[in-house]
Amino acid sequence: MADLVLILSILVATMRAATPLLFAGLGELVAERSGVLNLGVEGMMLVGAAVGFAAHAVTGSFVLGLLAAILAGAVMAALFALLTLRLLANQVATGLALTIFGVGLSALIGLPWAGVPATGLPAALWPGLAHDSPALQQVLLLLDPLVWLAFAAVVAVDRFLRRSRAGLTLRAVGESAEVAHALGTKVLRIRFLAVLFGGAMAGLAGADLSLAYTPMWVENMTAGRGWIALALVVFSTWKPWWLTAGALLFGFVTIAQFQAEAFGLSFSPDLLATLPYLATIVVLVLISRDATRLRLAAPAALGKPFRPSD
Amino acid sequence: MRLEKREAPSAVMLWAAPLLAAAASVVLAGLLFVVLRVNPLAALRLLYLAPIASANGVAELALKMTPLLLCALGIAIGVRANVWNIGAEGQFTMGAIAGGGVALTLGPAGGWYVLSLMLVAGILGGMAWAAIAASLRVGTNAHEILTTLMLNYIAQNILSWLVHGPWRDPQGFNFPQSKTFASAATLPSLWGTRLTPIFFVALLAAPCAWVLLQRTTAGYRLRVAGLAPAAARYAGFSASSTVWLSLLIAGGLAGLAGIAEVAGPIGQLVPTISPGYGYAAIIVAFLGRLEPFGIVVASALMALLYLGADGLQMHMQLPLSLTGTLQGMLLFLLLAGDVRVANRVVWRRG
Repeated sequence: MADLVLILSILVATMRAATPLLFAGLGELVAERSGVLNLGVEGMMLVGAAVGFAAHAVTGSFVLGLLAAILAGAVMAALFALLTLRLLANQVATGLALTIFGVGLSALIGLPWAGVPATGLPAALWPGLAHDSPALQQVLLLLDPLVWLAFAAVVAVDRFLRRSRAGLTLRAVGESAEVAHALGTKVLRIRFLAVLFGGAMAGLAGADLSLAYTPMWVENMTAGRGWIALALVVFSTWKPWWLTAGALLFGFVTIAQFQAEAFGLSFSPDLLATLPYLATIVVLVLISRDATRLRLAAPAALGKPFRPSD
Repeated sequence: MRLEKREAPSAVMLWAAPLLAAAASVVLAGLLFVVLRVNPLAALRLLYLAPIASANGVAELALKMTPLLLCALGIAIGVRANVWNIGAEGQFTMGAIAGGGVALTLGPAGGWYVLSLMLVAGILGGMAWAAIAASLRVGTNAHEILTTLMLNYIAQNILSWLVHGPWRDPQGFNFPQSKTFASAATLPSLWGTRLTPIFFVALLAAPCAWVLLQRTTAGYRLRVAGLAPAAARYAGFSASSTVWLSLLIAGGLAGLAGIAEVAGPIGQLVPTISPGYGYAAIIVAFLGRLEPFGIVVASALMALLYLGADGLQMHMQLPLSLTGTLQGMLLFLLLAGDVRVANRVVWRRG
């Protein structure tokens, strides 16, 4: 029983740590599939985390907190879309600007609540477990509704991209905007919606951090998760299930930091904290080595601006 | 509104766009102050004028300009060659660690050569950190945007480990900081201010970067690689050497900025040595149109924002995070203004 609890606790903690990466990664995956590279994920996540926390603190409602974060992420993404899609600004530079802006803005918004702990999102109920094993219950309590929502979102996005007409159109826009335009597709509208979805998901990922995973607001609390999510999208070769595998791998690396201490390994916490970043570099190297395969997997129009000629 | 592509980029808009963006950002900053419920005119005065109202203020501005200018020159050379180095922050940190390591190893011993060794070690430290990203890009095709960014976080954690552990000052009351550098390991300060001679090195780096880009074959190759990658390939310019050259230059400049900061105003290794200079330098590079002389002006403006935010915190209790917000806004406005460089805006009645 003790072993089972240990294995389960590692599994559950892995899923929990993977959840924010899944939200942010899925959003970016959809945006990139439409041909838009938004490097502002980190900034949108941070603004989502701050706004979500603030909205929850003011209203006392988790749902309103999450919705506010989703809205905030979408507003940030709309700013990016306006600049890159409407004004044809460079996507890389604009995405970087979005991140720098988001880091500052989130610190400004979150200032009144910095370091104030909050009550976390109520966990899903597990009837029946209470009597059997308190240890097991403790473990399963970590699986709050947002974890389930993230994994449901994987299924939904995967089905949307592969099985729906709208998903097909979105992929077509990401492969060749010119061809899609010639066929009468509203390229800019689809890209705008895809970018907006990416922002909303990044905002949700941020709120997942500040309201559920580590329920508090700290400046820069995403600690590069937005960038790791971007790397995971490349690693996944733009496929939702591979993204899930990558996110779980990263969830495991993240908790390995804490587990190492539990297993009696005395190692500097600062050096252990480099593990997720090292792992990001390793997975990028592994996936990028086959340049041809990566180029074939990537949306062909990724990062290329589209100028409608009428 | 419709955009029509210009046949050639507008020379007027090329330089008017950053000026317009700067002007618009002043207006937006004023609006932000209204939202934050402070007197906007008084706040704007504190932000843009008060920092440079005294000779000492101008020296502080030059001091803040130094890391921004050095890092931005490197970033701009990279972007001109289509190499996106987002790792100035980490290269800066590694320069500080490498140079600081020399200072701590030599301790109070040694003479004039200590500083030279530290500066060389700082430059090499930054270059070595950038070389990781370069070799990953050249050897395994891993894109430098993400690898340099990850290396920033790793460098920050290494610094934190060093000052909490092996390099912590035993007499430092358990504070996470190294011993203060000996006087032989500290940059001289000029005219009774905190300004160090590295400012003039940074100023000199701008014309050097211009000569490299405009007057040398290596610079020509970098520019062709950025403007027309296919043409560069066709001409037989090595893509690997473009990546290596631009990243090594950027790493060396950022490393110099890092060691100048810890051997100058800071005087020891502490957990946080940069308030985001490496990221702000990206904005500086774009604001300066990726041109060395434009970058000199842009770095002064960005340094002013840092100093102004300090003043706002001191006199109006506004948070320092205003700096990032204002910097981000400035870059957005610039990118939005840039649309006029390549395009003509045609207003049409719907």
